[in-house]
Amino acid sequence: MSDYIRDAILTGIWETFQMTFFASLFSYIVGLPLGVILYSTSKGRLLQNRVVNFVIGLIVNITRSLPFLILLVLLIPFTRFLVGSSIGTTAAIVPLTIGAIPIVARMVESSLNEVNPGIIEAATSMGASPVYTIIHFIIPEAMPSLLQGGAINVATVLGYSAMAGVIGGGGLGAIALQYGYYRYQKDVLWTTVALLVIMVMLIQELGIRISKKHRKT
Amino acid sequence: MENVYELINVYKTYKNDGVEFTALKDISLEIKEGEIFGIIGMSGAGKSTLVRTLNRLEEVSSGVVNFYGRDLAFLKPSELREVRHSISMIFQGFNLVNQRTVIQNVEQSLKIIGMPRAQRREKALQMLEVVGLLDKKNQFPARLSGGQKQRVAIARALAVDPKVLLCDEATSALDPKITGEILDLLKRINEERGLTIVIITHEMSVVEKICDRVAIIDDGNLAEIGEVKEVFSNPKSKAAKKLVFPSNPFDPSAGEGKIVRLVFDGTQSNVPFIANLVEETGFKVNILSANTRSVGGIGYGQMIVELPSDETDAATVINFFEKGGLSVTEVEQ
Repeated sequence: MSDYIRDAILTGIWETFQMTFFASLFSYIVGLPLGVILYSTSKGRLLQNRVVNFVIGLIVNITRSLPFLILLVLLIPFTRFLVGSSIGTTAAIVPLTIGAIPIVARMVESSLNEVNPGIIEAATSMGASPVYTIIHFIIPEAMPSLLQGGAINVATVLGYSAMAGVIGGGGLGAIALQYGYYRYQKDVLWTTVALLVIMVMLIQELGIRISKKHRKT
Repeated sequence: MENVYELINVYKTYKNDGVEFTALKDISLEIKEGEIFGIIGMSGAGKSTLVRTLNRLEEVSSGVVNFYGRDLAFLKPSELREVRHSISMIFQGFNLVNQRTVIQNVEQSLKIIGMPRAQRREKALQMLEVVGLLDKKNQFPARLSGGQKQRVAIARALAVDPKVLLCDEATSALDPKITGEILDLLKRINEERGLTIVIITHEMSVVEKICDRVAIIDDGNLAEIGEVKEVFSNPKSKAAKKLVFPSNPFDPSAGEGKIVRLVFDGTQSNVPFIANLVEETGFKVNILSANTRSVGGIGYGQMIVELPSDETDAATVINFFEKGGLSVTEVEQ
């Protein structure tokens, strides 16, 4: 493997890391509140609201059911509008974030659904308001499950980031595509695949460890 | 004494897929300040629904629930939250936040009422001392036994100095020894702080041990209400009889003689009546069932006996028991 390819791979690792980090961060900034709203407005929950739940649920389901590659292409004009370009690492963060938001929202919703309803009843009986109950009782109790879901989400975003290479995003995915696929350099292809696998495993392992440390039950 | 609660003609109807189910039917009762009030019934009788109307975790379908003269149904959400600070509740499943330490759990109720951090900590430590768990303050609930978890829940409930403590099957998940300890703790708090306690249970022993008055709920109806010793020594309703005399393991058609129930109260429980009967009259009775229970520290007993088949002999035996101060009632067959 020549030096310039080795440099390209090192840059690729860094770019993949950047994309994964920022897309995960932004998708949680939007997805976490959405998940909380989905949970709390569903039937029998503290802020039951059929209209809100239906509308958000519908948007989430539609975005989630689009194949990510299609979403990438569909979002090109939006990305260009937002960051001024549709290629490169920064540009890839936009569709990655949009694609991850609905996944995060559903994951958060399902973590919150696991919380024992008795704890909510106890909080209500103590005179806690619905919003207070969500912030101080439900989310803390769901924390280990939220962290575990977080690890799965970050790993998913990392996988998606490789796909962003197709439309000119950077990272290991782009290298695998350009050198490995278009130029038949099998060694580069396998190296990047191995690196992606290792990165996913590291994230998963880290997530499990943090979650375990937090789980007191 | 002032009434803490006054329930007037309370009904609760659920609609499930178009099918109506009435969980509470025309319940009227009063709960007095400082008493330990028991609500007992079989599972599904509606007692858990009833206790939840007392802090409006359940809305009533009709009727009135007055708390110190205020109708809970008319409170705005913010007023309701305010009132709930003086109505604490503990549960069968403890309902602690497992991801928080013991002391953090106790502090939760104080945080809700807006007590500043330093004061909160001090009060929480005080409460943990009351329930005897000061040494566990930094443990997580998962490391505690059921009895200890309930103590934490009690500390959390009482930290805000409520006027009432509602206990929803609070000892049902605990073994008899731990149940006894928790009940002793509740009794102690009731006496020391004059705290009104409402206890929901399906266990007779709980009511016998600490309640002053009891209401018996049967199929959503208030079957009977009164002083515990009154209801337990002389149950009138069918539901009460079923609870107090759970099953009569005798076959009423077995003998020829009349069957009577003898009820002792504390004053005669140390007299050997049956032995005396044989010595003095020479007549024998056949004991079909017997038990004793302690209500508020006084021994009560009941015995179901079959009398001699001859009418005059039977009358002599009844006379002997009545002279001794026992209450004798014939058991309908």
